[in-house]
Amino acid sequence: MTVSTSTAAALALGDDALVLSHRLGEWAGHAPVLEEEVALANIALDLLGQARVLLSLAGDEDELAYLREERAFRNLQLVEQPNDDFAHTIVRQLYFSTYQHLLYAELAAGDGDFAPLAAKAVKEVAYHRDHAEQWTLRLGDGTEESHERAQRACEALWRFTGEMFRPVDGVDVDGERLEAAWLASVGETLRRATLTIPEGPRTGAWRAGAGRQGLHTESFGRMIAEMQHLHRSHPGASW
Amino acid sequence: MTNTDWPLWEVFVRSRRGLSHTHAGSLHAPDAEFALRNARDLYTRRGEGISLWVVPSAAITASSPDEKDPFFEPSADKPYRHPTFYEIPEGVKHL
Repeated sequence: MTVSTSTAAALALGDDALVLSHRLGEWAGHAPVLEEEVALANIALDLLGQARVLLSLAGDEDELAYLREERAFRNLQLVEQPNDDFAHTIVRQLYFSTYQHLLYAELAAGDGDFAPLAAKAVKEVAYHRDHAEQWTLRLGDGTEESHERAQRACEALWRFTGEMFRPVDGVDVDGERLEAAWLASVGETLRRATLTIPEGPRTGAWRAGAGRQGLHTESFGRMIAEMQHLHRSHPGASW
Repeated sequence: MTNTDWPLWEVFVRSRRGLSHTHAGSLHAPDAEFALRNARDLYTRRGEGISLWVVPSAAITASSPDEKDPFFEPSADKPYRHPTFYEIPEGVKHL
């Protein structure tokens, strides 16, 4: 029984990292400036490394990444949201990295299955969080247009944030405490960035987010089609 | 997003304790904090450094190629300026 709970948890956390890594990878060749493209690619590679370790705990990493159907993915709906403009990408990073940093810090301090991975990853994620916070401050408190776009992104992604704090089998953390810390941190960053904390629901009937149950949003199908296409067209191919 | 007016920064990396910062290259960034972060991503991701400096390129005054002769030529024929007359102790690596 412990094995299966742990597998479910590895899938959930591994899919978060894999899917967000792919989304960030989509910026390659399209980022606003070369320096930022490298920064996003670096973050994507950190996440891909985490995904490989986590998915290997759950089974064969290639099979899991390339041969599962959409409904079998257990990632949060937040991480599959399209890149849209740069502000959406940054706010998605802010929401997710803050959560992931708090989560991994807690896992690293414990003695569960994920402690060694979390201890290594927490340093990477601290940088991702810093990167997102720095950008949020500059977009929010930048030009009129950057402020408006950042605010739009904050609102659009807000309803996906409640899902992060719902319990996952095998992930031994206090969701309520995590959520309180997350709200305090993100709230403070948005305040400093002169952005308004969205008022929309994060929980209750109107919340979005059933990614952990395998229900995904419309754009996710296209994303995994692109991600899996090469492997499916050339099974077993290697470099 | 327009980015053509991001200023240029020079990056200096110290590879380990005891060595001085060495010029590694340059990059564009909107401000000093981001110049540091971009430098981290561009120049230290393979473990090259333990310390970074970034300096606005505009703050650097450089010698001009036209001044090469008056600046550097006169030192070529003064061997007494070169400290080659003593032995370097064994074990000193970074003199």
